[in-house]
Amino acid sequence: MAERVFTWLDERLGLTAIYNTVLDRKVPKVNWWYTLGSASLFLFVIQAVTGMFLTVYYVPSPDHAYDSVQYIMNGVAFGWLIRGIHHWGASLMVLFVFIHMLRTFFFGAYKYPREVTWLTGVFLLLTTLGMGFTGYLLPWNQRAYWATTVGTEIPGTAPFIGSFIERILRGGTDLSAVTLARFFAVHIWFLPAIILLLIAVHMYLVIRLGISNIPKEGE
Amino acid sequence: MSDHLDRREFVKIVTAALGTIMGAIVGLPAIGYLISPALRVQKNEDWISVGPLEKYPVGKPTLFSFTRSKVNGWEKTVNSYGVYVVRTSETEYTIFSNMCTHLSCRVNWKDEAQEYICPCHDGHFGQDGSVTAGPPPKPLIRYEETKIEDGNLMFFFKES
Ligand code: HEM
Ligand code: FES
Repeated sequence: MAERVFTWLDERLGLTAIYNTVLDRKVPKVNWWYTLGSASLFLFVIQAVTGMFLTVYYVPSPDHAYDSVQYIMNGVAFGWLIRGIHHWGASLMVLFVFIHMLRTFFFGAYKYPREVTWLTGVFLLLTTLGMGFTGYLLPWNQRAYWATTVGTEIPGTAPFIGSFIERILRGGTDLSAVTLARFFAVHIWFLPAIILLLIAVHMYLVIRLGISNIPKEGE
Repeated sequence: MSDHLDRREFVKIVTAALGTIMGAIVGLPAIGYLISPALRVQKNEDWISVGPLEKYPVGKPTLFSFTRSKVNGWEKTVNSYGVYVVRTSETEYTIFSNMCTHLSCRVNWKDEAQEYICPCHDGHFGQDGSVTAGPPPKPLIRYEETKIEDGNLMFFFKES
């Protein structure tokens, strides 16, 4: 019965074809460094899921943000676990994405025909860092507040347009409720949407072009 | 096929078992996380002390106000309540809620009228709590469970 349902679906959806192109594709003999992209992808999924769970209780407003985080840590069952995973997953993701980039760099995997894969990768690294930057403010504790104060001052030192950029980041001259709200919006909507899109293109290219070989000596 | 497991079958079973265990490890905390506020039932009844009986003059309903706080998640709400303590004699007393039974405004005891009068739609209640005029459908709520402990008059408060 299950087999007949599957055949019926497969005939219409092409499941086997998807499986064959995505998972059963030809891969050269590779090593552990080649798993870092998949690890980055896995961490992104973890961050997305734990992040969704955090928004169940988190409130992005200066009068409630801190208390809502305290509530997640002490008041909700397994809140500490979900927040802990999201917290450590964030650092780990930056780390993995970065080492993944180093691996593709040192193996020369960015060369023809994979330039666009590399380019989407560059944006993936930047958006991943953006997630870290916007997420750091959300607990609205002293550390978050001052880190963001300094973090938004840095682009502020750029000549001519610096202070304008700083005001855009902050949503005004000071760090305020507006800053918290926009960091939250960017953290949970804008950047994840962009990252998802970039991952789609990145993965399409990885599948379309295949994985590069480990370079041989003299290459 | 022989009756012992072949390799394919074995891998299938192990995968299913590990998958179930991992699913439970991930899924159960997730469910607990989502439903945990629903499992916390707040006590909405308690003994409230209105102080020594002598504080209240015989024959004149006297207001006693108190607050109770509720914690919901990251928010604390403080609600205030009022009761009228009525000493009908040296030893007898009644405690009424000051909440109008019509639409929950607070009633006030008026000495001139010898009645509780509701400011909202002009409901009137007699000293015994019964409705004497206006829209209220029921007499004032009476707290039946009372006691005197360490010289203090207490009543059992239930939030309606
Ligand atoms: C969210 C971040 C990222 C995810 C989820 C991701 C995911 C992946 C995956 C699953 C692969 C398959 C091969 C492998 O794992 O090595 C891959 C390949 C690749 N990635 Fe990424 N990646 C990310 C960031 C980056 C960054 C920051 C760069 C470089 C700037 C980059 C450049 C590449 C290149 C050039 C390949 C092709 C490698 C080859 O063909 O050997 N990626 N990526
Ligand atoms: S609420 Fe008291 S009369 Fe309507």
